[in-house]
Parts: sequence; C-alpha cells; structure tokens
Amino acid sequence: MIDTTVNIGSMRLKNPVLVASGTFGYGDETLELVDVSKLGGIVTKSLTLKPRDGNLPPRIVETACGMLNSIGLANIGVKNFIEEKLPLLRELNTSIIVNIAGNTIEEYEELLTVLEDQSGIDAYEINVSCPNVKEGGLAFGTKCNTTAEITRRVRKLTAKPIIIKLTPNVTRISEFAVAVEAEGADAVSVMNTLVGIAVDVKTQKPKLSTVTGGLSGPAIKPVALAKVYEVFKSVKIPIIGLGGIMNWADAIEFMLIGAKAVQVGTANFIDPAIGIKIADGIKQYCVDRRIAHVVELVGALKI
Amino acid sequence: MKQILSKVIGLENLGNSIYRLTFEAPEIADKVAPGQFVNIRISEEYSPLLRRPFSVYNKTGKNLQILFNAVGRGTNILSIKKEGDKLDVIGPLGNSFSLSGQFETALLVGGGMGVASLPLLCAAIQNKIIHVVTFVGAKNKESLIVDNLRNVICATDDGSKGFRGNVVSLVEQHINEMNVVKPKIFACGPPPMLRAISELAKKYKILCEVSIESAMACGIGICQGCPVERIGTANKYSLVCKDGPIFDSNTIKFVLHD
Repeated sequence: MIDTTVNIGSMRLKNPVLVASGTFGYGDETLELVDVSKLGGIVTKSLTLKPRDGNLPPRIVETACGMLNSIGLANIGVKNFIEEKLPLLRELNTSIIVNIAGNTIEEYEELLTVLEDQSGIDAYEINVSCPNVKEGGLAFGTKCNTTAEITRRVRKLTAKPIIIKLTPNVTRISEFAVAVEAEGADAVSVMNTLVGIAVDVKTQKPKLSTVTGGLSGPAIKPVALAKVYEVFKSVKIPIIGLGGIMNWADAIEFMLIGAKAVQVGTANFIDPAIGIKIADGIKQYCVDRRIAHVVELVGALKI
Repeated sequence: MKQILSKVIGLENLGNSIYRLTFEAPEIADKVAPGQFVNIRISEEYSPLLRRPFSVYNKTGKNLQILFNAVGRGTNILSIKKEGDKLDVIGPLGNSFSLSGQFETALLVGGGMGVASLPLLCAAIQNKIIHVVTFVGAKNKESLIVDNLRNVICATDDGSKGFRGNVVSLVEQHINEMNVVKPKIFACGPPPMLRAISELAKKYKILCEVSIESAMACGIGICQGCPVERIGTANKYSLVCKDGPIFDSNTIKFVLHD
C-alpha cells in the first residue's frame, strides 16, 4: 500500500497533485468530465474583492509548445464566490485552496478576513505575481519587501496554511522564498508564468490586447524546474512546483528536484482529467520502484 | 459534455484544401444540437498544444462530421487522418441556435467555413412549418459547400457561381426583391461578415442569431480566454465557448481585431 498523502503546513493532501489557479475555473465547470475527488486539491481561480471583467480580447494565443494568456483576473469576486461556488466546493471531497489577489495590501487583508468566516477552505494561495494587471499583481510580486509585507499581514489573520505564489520574473526567486518563509508562509508555489510576447507579422500588431502576457505550457518546464531547484536549496518550507507539467513523468521531475506537491495548469485545457491521470501515474511509479511514501521522492535527485 | 476517444471513419477532400472528417461519437451525436461544437485534440505531442474547436457539421446515426479548411498546423494534421485513427474529442459544447420566436422564414447564412454549422440547423427546421432559404458565400465556385442544405442561393467573391459579391449583399438583395414573410436570420462566418449581417438585421428589423468564432484554450469555460463583448447585458463579456457560440446579434459588440 503506497502512502500518497503529503502535508502542506497543516493541510493534508490525499495526493500531491493540485490543479493550478485559473486553469480549472471555480471547480464546478468540469464536474461532468472529472471526478475531482481523486485530485489532491483544487486551487480556485484568483478572487478579488470586486468582480473583474478582465482584459480586452484577444486574451490567449498559442505559441511553440505553449501559450500566452492575458486574462486580467476576470472573476466573479469574493462575495459571489462565497454565495455561488463555495457551497458546492465544500461537497467535493478534495482539498480546497482559495487563491486571492489584491490591488493593495489592505485588499489582501480584507479578502482573507471575509474568507476566514467561511467553512470549507483548507488553505490560501496568495497571488502576488499576476503579470497581466496594471495595479497590484506583478508590481507586488517583483518587490521583495512588498511580497514579505503581504505575507506578514495575511499570516496574522489565519491559522490555515498560507501559500505564496512566486513569480519567476525577478532576478533571484530564492530571495523571495527566503523572505516569505521568514514571515511565516507555510509553502511557496513555484512558479507563475513567464512574461512573453507574440507578434502578428501580417498586421504588425501584438497578438494579445495587452501586448505582454504570461507564458505557460511545456515550453516553460525546464525554467520552472530550475526555479524550484534554486528555491529548494534556500528554504525549508514545502515547495509546490508548477510550470508546464503535462504528464506524470513531468510531475516526478518536479518532485525529484524538490517539490513536495505539484500543480497542473495549462494541461487541464487540453485534458481536464489530466490531474487524475498524473496522480495515478505518480502512484504507479512508487509501486514500480517500491517507494512506500510519495514524499521519499522529494528532493531525491541523484547528483 | 463528454470526453471520448473516437475513431475516424473517413476523410473526404471537397476540393481545394477543404475537408470533411467523419468520426464515431455516439455519446456526442446523441446529444448535439444545431450550432454546438466539439473540441478536438489534434496531436498527442505538444504542437499544436491546444485543442481546436469545430462546429458540428452533420450527424448520421452514431457518427459526427466536421468541416475544415486545412490552412494552419492543426488543420493540416487533421487533413492526413486516416480511417481507424483515434481522435480525442470533447463535446457537445456551447449553446445552440434557437428556433423559438415569431418567424416563418429561416434565412440561413454561411460564409466560408461558417457553412459548417448550417446542415444540423437545416435538418432541425425540417420538422417545423418554416420556409428555409440558405445563402452560402465563398471565394469561388470550388470553395462552395452546399451539401445537406435546402433552397441554396450562392454568392462567390469572383462571380464564378451565383451572385458576384459577398453573401450579405446577396441576402439584402433577396430581402428587397422577394416577399420574405416574418424572417429570422441564422448566420455563421468570419467576423466582418457577422458584423455586416448584424447591421443588415438591424436595418430591416429582422431577428438574427450569429455563431461567433474565437480562438479558445479550453472550450469549456475554465480559462476565460474567449470573451466577446456584449451590449445591454449584466456582464461586459460573455464567453464564446460556454455562453455562446450563438448570440442574438443585437447583444454583440462587434470589434474586428485584424
């Protein structure tokens, strides 16, 4: 019998596979296709205090082995989430991690305060690194002291695990990981998307309305692995690895490099049930190699 | 909505680079309504990475058909599929054309590959006491696809068959010259055509539903990547994949990106 559970702070995941924020909606859209109880957990779409329309189209463009997105945090807002989505999420029998994004530090606090009154939330992922909004977002995530300050302030408001989602669009991501660890973060998600551009040479216009977007998909996996590796050498808190994971072998790579859990993102767009297949694949890998507990893989890279 | 591993039944070249692909999809064929689409995984590899959405062109028993023009990497890969090949398909997706409302004449309008969403609609109307006229526009005679349609009138850009000019001008001429009783327009085609047909509908005060095309990442409403701007609705944007692809043309703000 393989033990597939992993702990992220006080949260116990039934397996190390989460679906990444913004790639699985609010968790209710895919129920016809996916038995979500077989996932380690769901990270919700980023929630803001007020509903957001999101950016002008075009918002997505496919690139070589990847895609650029500039959604602009389109979401229904925290109040509607609590009323319309959370009751269903509570029934799903998987860990629920609510991702929040603020325009100001105070908004992060307000979001957390509102959500703390609710049952059915297992942890928070703090989005300090959305590349596609003018205010907040990446502006916070690329400043080490602001990222630390947000962590410090939200830490005071909850006993639940706080996961900080870090951006790779900085000089040294490990400095940010060290800073948020010092402020009491329970884990870091490494990494958010890489800023990228695609141009239509026929029209000589950018292919996204906002010119730049976030690059995701298999194209970014080697970069993400290197970021996880860098962070793993710098902090003790668990790392949730993401960036281009398409199959179980990709997920194993992240775990060997140092990720305790993984998030599947863009792959959900291609196969909404891929998270379950990856969880099964990780388990089978452990069976084949007589690994009793999946955490034995974490950082087991042979150098 | 189902995700199935389908089997290719056949592929026909209809001239130029236009193909009709038939595949087995009983669970989807059972449920599909006119105007809905399927999202097809083109390659097991990562290039192209994303699925490609296609209107369901027709259904025969447990089989579905799509129509496509092999112009990009994805459609080129589809154009070499062979009988027996496996095809990962999600569908049926999106909403469908609405046959409700007060109308006695259905004006079906298809431009280019937009004609693909009309045969199922044509078949659905067959059961009703509604007169159907179908307008099909294409670049030239060779690109006209008129199978499985009724009462077809053609327009070609080069005049090689039927009306010379765009299909919307043809519809306007028809409205002006014929006695069209209580019409409703159902249109599918490229963005400039949809904008023009929407303006025509407004000018003549005709009900009009359009099928919007958009690039999509997921096709099922989770990525928020395919917004279309609305007029007079609570939310600024709707998603083409989930809220559409069929919309009342009066509620769409047509913005051309090219």
